Amino acid sequence: MIQTIAFYMFAIIMIASAVMVITARNPVHSVLWLILAFFNAAGLMVLVGAEFIAMLLVIVYVGAVAVLFLFVVMMLDIDVAAMRAGFIRNFPLGIVVALILLAELVLGIGAYNVGAINLGTPPAGDASVVAESNTAAIGALLYSKYVFLFEIAGIILLVAMIGAIVLTHRPSKSKRGQQDIGKQVRRNPDEATVMKQPEVGKGVEL
Amino acid sequence: MSYANSLYLTGAEIGLSIAGLVLLLATAWTTRSSARAITIAAVTALFGALIFNLSLANDGVGAAAFGGLLEVDAFSIFAKSLVYIATIACLIVAPRYFEDRGQFRGEFAVLMLFNAVGMGIMVSAVDLMTLYIGLELSSLSSYVLASFARRDDKSSEAGLKYFILGGLASGIILYGVSLVYGFSGTTSYDGVRAAFDADFSTGALFGVVFVLAGLAFKVAAVPFHMWTPDVYEGAPTPVTAFFASAPKVAAVAMLVRMAAVPFGGQAEAWQQIVIFAALASIVVGALGAIGQQNLKRLLAYSSINNVGFILIGLAAATPAGISGVLVYLSIYVFMTIGSFVALLMLRTEKGEALATFDDISGLSTSSPALAWCLLALMFSLAGIPPLFGFWGKFVVFQAAVQADMIALAAIGIAASVIGAFYYIKFVKVMFFDEPKGDAPAKAPVSHWVVLGLCVLVISPLGYLLTPWLGSVADAAAQALFFAA
Repeated sequence: MIQTIAFYMFAIIMIASAVMVITARNPVHSVLWLILAFFNAAGLMVLVGAEFIAMLLVIVYVGAVAVLFLFVVMMLDIDVAAMRAGFIRNFPLGIVVALILLAELVLGIGAYNVGAINLGTPPAGDASVVAESNTAAIGALLYSKYVFLFEIAGIILLVAMIGAIVLTHRPSKSKRGQQDIGKQVRRNPDEATVMKQPEVGKGVEL
Repeated sequence: MSYANSLYLTGAEIGLSIAGLVLLLATAWTTRSSARAITIAAVTALFGALIFNLSLANDGVGAAAFGGLLEVDAFSIFAKSLVYIATIACLIVAPRYFEDRGQFRGEFAVLMLFNAVGMGIMVSAVDLMTLYIGLELSSLSSYVLASFARRDDKSSEAGLKYFILGGLASGIILYGVSLVYGFSGTTSYDGVRAAFDADFSTGALFGVVFVLAGLAFKVAAVPFHMWTPDVYEGAPTPVTAFFASAPKVAAVAMLVRMAAVPFGGQAEAWQQIVIFAALASIVVGALGAIGQQNLKRLLAYSSINNVGFILIGLAAATPAGISGVLVYLSIYVFMTIGSFVALLMLRTEKGEALATFDDISGLSTSSPALAWCLLALMFSLAGIPPLFGFWGKFVVFQAAVQADMIALAAIGIAASVIGAFYYIKFVKVMFFDEPKGDAPAKAPVSHWVVLGLCVLVISPLGYLLTPWLGSVADAAAQALFFAA
């Protein structure tokens, strides 16, 4: 019962926030709605017992991608004062959203403790699950059967890195010269200072 | 299948990856002047991979590696050899082009090596996941190569266009793959075939269509060809030569295996798509090239046109048709590389490329040897009989006629006459127009060697190869149908 309630809650909020992503006027709000959508997708994954994918969603999408988006969005020209203007007015709404998230958290954990939703029995011919937790099961497959693909995926990432460096790296030669720390340290008073006796009425000649 | 045997079967990929990693370190720790040495080392590694790959043909082919992720059979050995040969040729002619512009760096050779690894995986993939991984490795390095001359606006534009459209195509393929997996319950080609033979639903058909649409993008078949002229024109010429040869071979080989093995039981489902793409490519490739002034753009349309002929062989969906595809591909690789090497040799003393029809008018007086080589290449691309290009067209049309697709063959032959127009225009401008621009500068020996070999293959002497090429291609095509 708690699972069904949790499912509908996650599903409705996810769809609603996905709609808000594309309808929100302010791009920063869009990104925040997107994060909410990701969180709810993670909740759905927890409900079907795929806690590893749920954690991946949170870590990869919410953690990395959304923050990256936020950086990009921050570079857009947005009037911060206009955004702050509605703070007090929108405060109750913020509290409501916070309460919804809290309720989701409680429901999600409660539903997870009750057990995964039964999605039907797999066909008899399907391979049995290797390990107890699905993190271990994915790991067992990834490092045995699919090790070749795993290694090649590593090379793909390396190629992406080489590409980024090849296309953007420039040999650093600033026009103002460079700081040579060794040269600075080697300086001593004898060669750095000179004694001069300027004649009256004339400037110092160095 | 033991683990050591799997490693042995994928030896070419593993060797090339290790070579790429070592050369990457060498590039990072040395100055730019080492770029030439690194390129030579990369060519050596590719030669090694080629020989290793050919040696696999002798002992026990038809073996699956890593529990059915990759398969080494006559087909993959054939396609992989072509890919390696094309990559070697492009690496040999690349250094001078980039040195003229002061942009030659060791990473170029490293990216080509990783690209070759990706293409090798593509042609021997017998699992949807292997296919995608190989495709991405090859595509990702191609995007970087397209914008390698980063100070050149056109090169950056080419890289960006290729990246965005290529990313879209990858997404389409991935969506199709997910549908195919969803409706068949397995990612292995044989498993998909068995599942589809038992039950082929509308959803699965959608999956097949999406996968084919994405692959059509990768081979630059109409209606997914829009990126080709821009990318081919903007990318540095050695990279364009590479795009038109090696990745195209790999993508066509992947498409053929996909169509023949997992979707082989549903030939009527994909045949109409392939027939449409073939005819549209031939017509658009022929008509689009007519107005072009830029030689690289012209050759881009020529490659679209050629993909159409290759797809005619696939549309026949018979072993003879697949064999025709492979024969056509091998001849096409030599014609394309020859043409682009000739373009690379068309440069002034200052290192500027002679890139338009005006620049090459009267080439027969300023550089007769080059003009005659280009004449042979253009006549061969047009499919004029004494040259080897005719044989490629002949085998695919023969396969289409044998498969009772006479209308397809007739339209194809009619459209190839339109295509002959601009190839012959090329020859007319070189031989019968007054010289206008500067004469091309002397080209290094390496360029002449590559060009000479290509011209030798496509010359009438190439017909000496037909019995051997035919039997190898037949064996390769048979490997697909035997597996299925």
